[in-house]
Amino acid sequence: METEPQFFETNAAPTVVGQPMNRVDGWAKVTGHAKYSAEYNQLPGLVHAVLVTSPVAKGRVQRIESSAAQKQPGVLAIFTHENLPKLAKTPDAPADKAALNSPMGFMPMTSDQVHYAGQTVAVVVADTLERAQYAASLVKVIIAPEAPVSSYQDPKAQLYVPKSVKGMPGVTKRGDAQAAVQKAPMQLAATYTHATIHHNYMEPGATTAHWEAADRLTIYETTQGVSETQKTVSLMLGLATEQVRVITKYLGGGFGSKAWVWPHTVYAALIAKAVGRPVKLVLTRPQNFTSMGHREEQQQTLRLGATKEGKLLGIVYDKTATTSPWDDYAETNSRIIGMLYHLPAYEATYRLAKSNVMTSTATRAPGDMPGSFAIECSMDDLAAQLGLDPIQLRLLNYADIDSSTGHPWSSKSLKECYARGAELIGWNKRNPKAGATREGKLLVGMGMATGSYPVHNSQGNARVRLYADGRAVVQAGATDLGTGTYTIITQVAADSLGIPPENVRFELGDTVLPSTQWSGGSTAAGRVSSSVYLAVQEVWQKLIKLAVMDKKSPLYGAKSADVAAEKGRLQLKANPGKGEAFGEVMKRASLGDIEGSALGRYGSNYEAPQTTANADPNKKENAAEHSMHAFGAHFCEVHVDPELGTIRISKWVSVIGAGRILNPKTARSQVIGGSTMGIGAALMEQTVRDPHLARYTNASLADYHVPVNADIPEMTVEFIDEHDPYVNAMGVKGIGEISIVGVTAAVANAVFHATGRRLRDLPMTPNKVLAALREPA
Amino acid sequence: MNDFSYTQATSAKEATSLLKDQPSAAYLAGGTTLLDLMKANLAEPPQLADINLLPFKGIEQTSDGLRIGAMERMSDVGENALVVQQYPAVSQALLLAASPQLRNMASIGGNILQRTRCGYFRDAAFPCNKRVPGSGCPALEGDHHNLAILGVSERCIANAYPGDLSVALAAFDAVLTLENQKGKQRRVPVTEFYLLPGKTPQKETVLEPGEMIVAATIPSAAHARRSAYLKVRERSSYAYALASAAVGLDVQGGTIRAARVALGGVGAQPWRSREAEKVLTGAPATEATFRAAATAALQGAQPREHNRYKVELAQNTLVRALQQVAAT
Repeated sequence: METEPQFFETNAAPTVVGQPMNRVDGWAKVTGHAKYSAEYNQLPGLVHAVLVTSPVAKGRVQRIESSAAQKQPGVLAIFTHENLPKLAKTPDAPADKAALNSPMGFMPMTSDQVHYAGQTVAVVVADTLERAQYAASLVKVIIAPEAPVSSYQDPKAQLYVPKSVKGMPGVTKRGDAQAAVQKAPMQLAATYTHATIHHNYMEPGATTAHWEAADRLTIYETTQGVSETQKTVSLMLGLATEQVRVITKYLGGGFGSKAWVWPHTVYAALIAKAVGRPVKLVLTRPQNFTSMGHREEQQQTLRLGATKEGKLLGIVYDKTATTSPWDDYAETNSRIIGMLYHLPAYEATYRLAKSNVMTSTATRAPGDMPGSFAIECSMDDLAAQLGLDPIQLRLLNYADIDSSTGHPWSSKSLKECYARGAELIGWNKRNPKAGATREGKLLVGMGMATGSYPVHNSQGNARVRLYADGRAVVQAGATDLGTGTYTIITQVAADSLGIPPENVRFELGDTVLPSTQWSGGSTAAGRVSSSVYLAVQEVWQKLIKLAVMDKKSPLYGAKSADVAAEKGRLQLKANPGKGEAFGEVMKRASLGDIEGSALGRYGSNYEAPQTTANADPNKKENAAEHSMHAFGAHFCEVHVDPELGTIRISKWVSVIGAGRILNPKTARSQVIGGSTMGIGAALMEQTVRDPHLARYTNASLADYHVPVNADIPEMTVEFIDEHDPYVNAMGVKGIGEISIVGVTAAVANAVFHATGRRLRDLPMTPNKVLAALREPA
Repeated sequence: MNDFSYTQATSAKEATSLLKDQPSAAYLAGGTTLLDLMKANLAEPPQLADINLLPFKGIEQTSDGLRIGAMERMSDVGENALVVQQYPAVSQALLLAASPQLRNMASIGGNILQRTRCGYFRDAAFPCNKRVPGSGCPALEGDHHNLAILGVSERCIANAYPGDLSVALAAFDAVLTLENQKGKQRRVPVTEFYLLPGKTPQKETVLEPGEMIVAATIPSAAHARRSAYLKVRERSSYAYALASAAVGLDVQGGTIRAARVALGGVGAQPWRSREAEKVLTGAPATEATFRAAATAALQGAQPREHNRYKVELAQNTLVRALQQVAAT
């Protein structure tokens, strides 16, 4: 890491980095020119595939009556478990699941087994979408149903402690937390519950598979990771990696759901080969609810012990959640609870119930989002019980180092976030007494909560080609989820090259480009920007080498190490007046263009020099010297109608410290988006599964409520100017997930302040508000 | 979606004749309900008779009251000056419903005939007595948090009409004009148009096969001019009511001379409460009176585990609506 140049060293005063530049893809999007993965309709002979899904949640397929469908005009083929071409590998075996990086240890339609409602049982292919849809409606799947387990709350559910959950042990112990809590002068215990929620991105899951030759497959996919999709699909189909090309030029939201290869993508590829035509498969909105994961329903119990001054002594934490029949998947909520404050003793246990539902999956800030609800509501309780200001209590427990690792932070601006957020919302005007502020019939409350999200390890390549005329093409196989990757990387490339951003074209979303990891876990901004910045440094090193050997250059004879590039000009560090523009060097060398490439690395695993050469992000060996997290605080004011049970947010403030902010405009939009999604989870979002039939009853965007504009007030978002020299060459931590962490708690804490009642069951719909207000305060 | 024939009818006669021999054929107005049902294979009409060209338009004053053509769009009616001035509750019910895009498409006749949002009805994979008579009702012991508590039966607890307009129409004694295949018209009050589920939840209205709604007429009244529609929902717009109230009061010297009350979101049909009106009429316009009226309105409620809250919520909604109107 020491050998890696840092952006701040070569760009003391950046020109466009850090500026609120408009999205470079904005025009393409608003004019309809941006081509999404379901819009490659010009492929020769394109046909359409439509899924037939199981009405029941458990059973075995006995018979499939497809002759009526088969006879329909335009129908090319109908695939079921009986005739689906065989896969080279499926994720059904644990070892293969790991190799495939699969979100589920089960591949539907490879047997007669039905494990969840909405599971694919047949795929119909026809020449038009309408014909395929109609034929699909005629396919009759006869299933011998069995009684399903609908969730961890089902009386039939059998809870167990898994060996591990996403790499974390089923039980974690640090010190003797049980004893610490039992002996503590202040003890609190509370249980929090969360409904199932879905990502509900605008763009549905979609795949277009095109075999350009017998051994060359191109997939236009809705994915957050083209390289991961390439790897998984090639393994499952028995192809070499390079034989599969994956393209995702634009994505209409992902939120973790599109970070994986789901079964329908593989069907499209298999079927395209079988019918000898390019195949397009787009999930319907209801199918999106049962095809690409969700955030599981869960219950958290948090017991804390504290001194009578309010210092935490220990936390005993328990999470119970629904998982699928074949996986031990759950969000790892325990991470944030163990590191958010100074915490001497900690014990965390996961309990799962295998149920007839597909495996849940990463959903914006997996683990930290629901985990923050438990810890941040409990901290608010503790403050209220001790008569302390909620911010004061948090400062009392401020973690100067990471309690979970013992490492110092690479940077942390949480105190500044608290102070600025309090100032922006007018915290000093808040009546400390709960339930004491009214506006007409409405109860008014103000609440806040802390957020945090780790800097995950990741790495990836980028390539820069600089032309002698001062234009550049920059490439990395990243994806832009709609959050601004196209724009921020253009800014970084422009400043690094010393050329205006309109002279930069950044290409992404294609496996023919330099490979980089998925856009997920808030890693893309830091990783791709660092890779591009480092690739530019390689361009400069090549040019400096040319210049110092070129007799006609003013830099002739200088040592390479004494020359630096500054705003596109190569010059002596000691005497900046001596030098020349890069174009001059290239002209004399008859170079039309010059390329540089680099591997950008990100996260604490890459800190120790011995791991940098061949770092494996999945390696758990602890090479880190620092603990790397973004921190922030959300503040809000709510109005609660005590008779109608409605909660409306009237003010919102988020202040985030996440290293360098590459573009405050797109960053602000990210935080607004994350906060809005969190407000949805706090107040209205829930997918309801029938308790007996284990099938969703509201799988549509009319009946599953996400916030509308009228639910969201004007939001104030600020970023703390934070310089982090450790995270990566750009000093960027990422903001996609921290924007949602703490949001549900901030709302619940404001509702507590308004009403004097604590709502611990999300979402806080009017029925729950009315029930809480019937209880004594 | 099934294959179907589509014909744009230029007269009522042509439209009704298209449905004559095909009982499962359907009229197509704004399509905001029908197309959803067709896309989910819940309705599979072999023939669509597009009635958008039919002359069932206009919002005009008649001796019976304000007559609104069934083919008028929700947005046009909701913003119409006569409606806003004479029937504020009707205007508000229209403008608080759906989204601007849907209101611009949906017709008045179609709105009156919209189908329940019960998740079991909307998904053909579930049993549902309304969709497949005799198949059962999983909502009874399942997800019924936004289903009805008044007028329900052991066969069905859906709020068959989930919308807003008919709640206001029921409150203000609106009368629907229906026209059958022979061109014969009849007039049916909105309060008698919908049928309770009883043993036949599949039969939702008194419409005969092929019969269509031509117009709705709302009598002019002092209590209609002083009216309001209050809607409580889980988000601020584009959501169906958990509970709603259309109320109108004629208050003179602090005493209520006439009152109209209907509830939405809680009844198996738009729920006119003559019990509440009885309590209100002749009583002082005070919170105590409103509270007593609300108690009367929910007297016959049959809530279940997950919609028990609706009793209190509907009462509070009604009280709040009455307070708002009394304060105007």
